Amino acid sequence: MIEALAQLLTTNFVVYALIAGLCLAFVSGPLGSFIVWRRMSYFGDTLAHSALLGIALGLILDINAQLSILVSCIVFSLLLVALGKNKTISTDNLLGILAHSTLAIGVVVLAFSDSVRVNLEALLFGELLTVSAGDLVWVVATSLLVAALLFRYWNQFLAITVHAELAEVEGINPDKLNLLLVVLMALIIAISMKIVGVLLITSLLIIPPAAARQIAKTPEQMAIKASIIGALSVVAGLIMAFIADTPVGPSIVTVASFFFLVLYFLPVRQRMGSE
Amino acid sequence: MANLDQWYDIPFRFIYKLQSETSRDFNQASYHMDSSQVQTAPLLSAKGINISFDGRKVLENINLEVKAGRIVTLIGPNGAGKTTMIRIVLGLLQPDSGTIKRQASLSIGYMPQQLHIEPTLPLTVLRFLQLARKNDPGQIDSVLEKIKISHLLYHQIQDISGGEMQRVLLARALIRKPELLILDEPAQGVDLAGQAELYQLINQITNEQQCGVLMISHDLHLVMSATDEVICLNQHICCHGKPEQVSNDPAYLDLFGPGAAQNIAVYTHHHNHEHDLTGNVIGSEDD
Repeated sequence: MIEALAQLLTTNFVVYALIAGLCLAFVSGPLGSFIVWRRMSYFGDTLAHSALLGIALGLILDINAQLSILVSCIVFSLLLVALGKNKTISTDNLLGILAHSTLAIGVVVLAFSDSVRVNLEALLFGELLTVSAGDLVWVVATSLLVAALLFRYWNQFLAITVHAELAEVEGINPDKLNLLLVVLMALIIAISMKIVGVLLITSLLIIPPAAARQIAKTPEQMAIKASIIGALSVVAGLIMAFIADTPVGPSIVTVASFFFLVLYFLPVRQRMGSE
Repeated sequence: MANLDQWYDIPFRFIYKLQSETSRDFNQASYHMDSSQVQTAPLLSAKGINISFDGRKVLENINLEVKAGRIVTLIGPNGAGKTTMIRIVLGLLQPDSGTIKRQASLSIGYMPQQLHIEPTLPLTVLRFLQLARKNDPGQIDSVLEKIKISHLLYHQIQDISGGEMQRVLLARALIRKPELLILDEPAQGVDLAGQAELYQLINQITNEQQCGVLMISHDLHLVMSATDEVICLNQHICCHGKPEQVSNDPAYLDLFGPGAAQNIAVYTHHHNHEHDLTGNVIGSEDD
């Protein structure tokens, strides 16, 4: 069996899938931690759903799929930030409306275009094994960019997360950083479409950090451990997909959930807590 | 007159800048001239501040200034606009009208009223302190020693007590070597013994570092002996002045009830009125 796995590693599409998945996992550790700390997981979900509308419009207008996903994610993230300032509609209400209306409109738009055949299941659950060399360039470049920006602004992101006003008095501009964080989220969600699909994107962003929370004492520990858990989930999920012939995206998320459960039920003393 | 002061300021500011770059002799020669200016020029001054939320006036024509080495205390009932005023002074809120003047490159240490940290965020006290912008490790060590929280460094910040949390917040404010400390109810949630200790600490640090302090406090009996100026706020400034003046001011007594006079002037208390059985003032000049 080990031979069979080793042989898989010489196959192009497996290697591409592995690299793409690992890139996503490593960036999702720190980025997902912020999503957990700032309670933004519904925000991520909404962006992912709206990406489907982006794909549909991209197909109809005949624009490159990656580009249309990227543009729609960024446009919707900015739209959400702008609409979020309206206090007459609650945030969860707004997110629910946008998530489901964009998903529905996306599917309707897809139905209108009889010239293109779309595999809806692939969009909803990802198709990691069809990642091409071109896709891989997108994924690696975007991951590197997001990782670099997260690293550069790490302390400032953390400061506004802990106490926005205190950070502002110390000379940080919270509005600017919030916007940057949202755009980084949009970028990562755009590249994860292909890997885990619309429905599972946020799970890959929030399950590894939630699992890592149980064994972390500082924000940095949580972020790094989340990256490791995410990477292990990608590798184990791929292996599981090959052995049991299961769909890749859901397999990865299944493994990540397993990590979460194990760490969650660890004896309390080994979890964070005081020394 | 105020304008003239500003014009005077310009050459002195220039000299300050030179001071850090030129020789000691020059420093001493110029120091002589500007030392009086240092003491009189406020670190921060607010003039004619007005703000309303949804058409409801919250602050009306508020003036205040804080000088180096002086403690200014804001008192007033809940909803009087104290925290709003502090947020305006900090630049977190824009007033509808009025001006805030800060000394050039003034460093401010801010202690917010409350710190709620998400339980999902693992954070040790040390890591929290390191988040202070432009901190240097030497400064962190010396502040820790002063505030006596070294033993808490590796505790999770969600696990420490209310009193310990206030100390940690004070430490965070001090790490930036502030010239002006702004404290929003620093002793909130602290037990009585801890309150006295905390205010003593603030007082001691202010004296040592000669920084100005602007604070909101409800603990009148504890703050007043150290306070240089009290501003009694209730949308507008009801009265202000030295603690003993304010404690006898009818506007103050109106706001807080007659019992408060004993609070505020615990060291310089003179009876100028009598109380009836229910505690109302009888026989004072303004009744």
